[in-house]
Amino acid sequence: MGWNTFATVAETIKALHDKKVSAVELATHYLDRADALQPTLNAYVTLDREKTLVEANAADAKRAAGAVAPLLGVPIAHKDIYLIEGWRTTCGSKMLENFIAPYTSTVVKNMADAGMVTLGKLNMDEFAMGSSNETSYFGPVKNPWDLSRVPGGSSGGSAASVAAGLTPASTGTDTGGSIRQPAMFCNLTGLKPTYGVCSRFGIIAFASSLDQAGPFAQTAEDCALLLTAMAGFDTHDATSLERPKENYSRDLSKPLNGLRIGLPKEFFGEGVAPGIAKAVDEALAVYRKLGATTVDVSLPNVKYSVPAYYVVAPAEASSNLSRFDGVRYGHRAEKYDDLMDMYKRSRAEGFGAEVKRRILIGTYVLSHGYYDAYYLQAGKLRRLIAEDFKRAYEVCDVVMGPTAPETAFQFGAKSDDPVKMYLNDIFTICANLTGQPAMSHPCGVDENGQHVGMQIIGNYLDEARMLNVAHQFQLATDWHKRHPSI
Amino acid sequence: MSLTPQDIERIAHLARIRVTAADVADVQAKLDGIFRLIDEMQAVDTKGVEPMSHGLDMVLRLREDAVTEVNRRDDFLNNAPESAEGYFLVPKVIE
Repeated sequence: MGWNTFATVAETIKALHDKKVSAVELATHYLDRADALQPTLNAYVTLDREKTLVEANAADAKRAAGAVAPLLGVPIAHKDIYLIEGWRTTCGSKMLENFIAPYTSTVVKNMADAGMVTLGKLNMDEFAMGSSNETSYFGPVKNPWDLSRVPGGSSGGSAASVAAGLTPASTGTDTGGSIRQPAMFCNLTGLKPTYGVCSRFGIIAFASSLDQAGPFAQTAEDCALLLTAMAGFDTHDATSLERPKENYSRDLSKPLNGLRIGLPKEFFGEGVAPGIAKAVDEALAVYRKLGATTVDVSLPNVKYSVPAYYVVAPAEASSNLSRFDGVRYGHRAEKYDDLMDMYKRSRAEGFGAEVKRRILIGTYVLSHGYYDAYYLQAGKLRRLIAEDFKRAYEVCDVVMGPTAPETAFQFGAKSDDPVKMYLNDIFTICANLTGQPAMSHPCGVDENGQHVGMQIIGNYLDEARMLNVAHQFQLATDWHKRHPSI
Repeated sequence: MSLTPQDIERIAHLARIRVTAADVADVQAKLDGIFRLIDEMQAVDTKGVEPMSHGLDMVLRLREDAVTEVNRRDDFLNNAPESAEGYFLVPKVIE
């Protein structure tokens, strides 16, 4: 067949439409490659060839019968946080090692309804808590660009799989940067939409007021196609935004003349690695050449994002993860004295160290007498950070800066020091606290050849404009066209 | 702020997570580091600021009070570590 494993979603759509390839041929190609590279990359937790081929055959049959849905037959791999009925769904945890999902998440259902074929379930940090994929019970995912480095996290498998050409696209979730930071580390385009755009129904909850689903792909054009399929109002998610369906590709070809890019001084400080600062500056020069202007803005409260996040996220996690009690589903300890001991041992054995740490932090900040000092104070800071952005949007259309303060690091570099690990998300967390859309696109390399991402943060529901901005950059540059030799 | 071993034991109990005596010191050290980071936010004067949990300040929807789901008891019991006759089994709690 001679399929180019690095074909984009847009190219795959065209090849399917032109009958150059079938859905079954595509599925077989990517499954073979996934099997071959699994020992090297560990990108998947679960592959099920039989299930995938049933979906691919159905897609081919629909096309033969005259169906014209654009994404029909395009393969997609899902982060193992999305429930898919009949598929094992582990969330990267021993707790759910043998959990078979009894229903399907809305995002996966939306993509399946669009005709996309599920390739498998992707590895991730346990319960999406991590920035390096080192907390997965199923072992770390390797960065396909450099096997000694982390792929980023928590959606590490989602990033590594697309970067290595194991799938044309994947889904991730982003609670504090879990789509954008791995997208940067693996030289991909990844988008976290506005909170409420994608349904959270059937996505295993981490921090409910921050969690959002989003796509990973090589290009902004692909992310627009994917988000159009993923997004939509869902009565099953109480915080889903009730609004009409959008076509996120509609503005891709608009020129950038007159675009005002806000550059917060807080994103360009001393904490940023010099190689990243240089690549970002050069990318901004490209944006100016494309007709954009840049304006300095200030987000004075954004420096409190990480502290506020490490109250809100653990607090909500401690509440969400209380459902894992060893009774209804999940791991149950083999030996225990009584019901209380069974709870405690099941949770001690089923959760890894980072998850337990966050549950303990969350339990503390929500415990009697501490709520005002922690959760309430963090909620007030969210408001102040959101107001900072609101002021910035009076003079700019989008905000830009580096996605992360350093490029992909070596395994073990931060795994013993949680605070060091947390600070890697210093630029991404604010968009989760405010609920704004944010994305990362490739924009260069540092002195070690590691990839740099440009973060674009937009105003609420401005995804189509952000995708337009990134797409125009990608028409003028070729950073996103680089692939690892794997 | 600095946690004590008693704090760790108390929150571990509230969280229903067994922390062995050997692990308390390590957990305490890591949590202390994290709380030093968290406590940076105490420097901000937030008097009069309305806390925010949703960027678009939405309110929760209401729906008709009607049954919308089908009964799938047996499907859900399939994932239970122990079940019998349509029930989840737990250790005996009443003598």
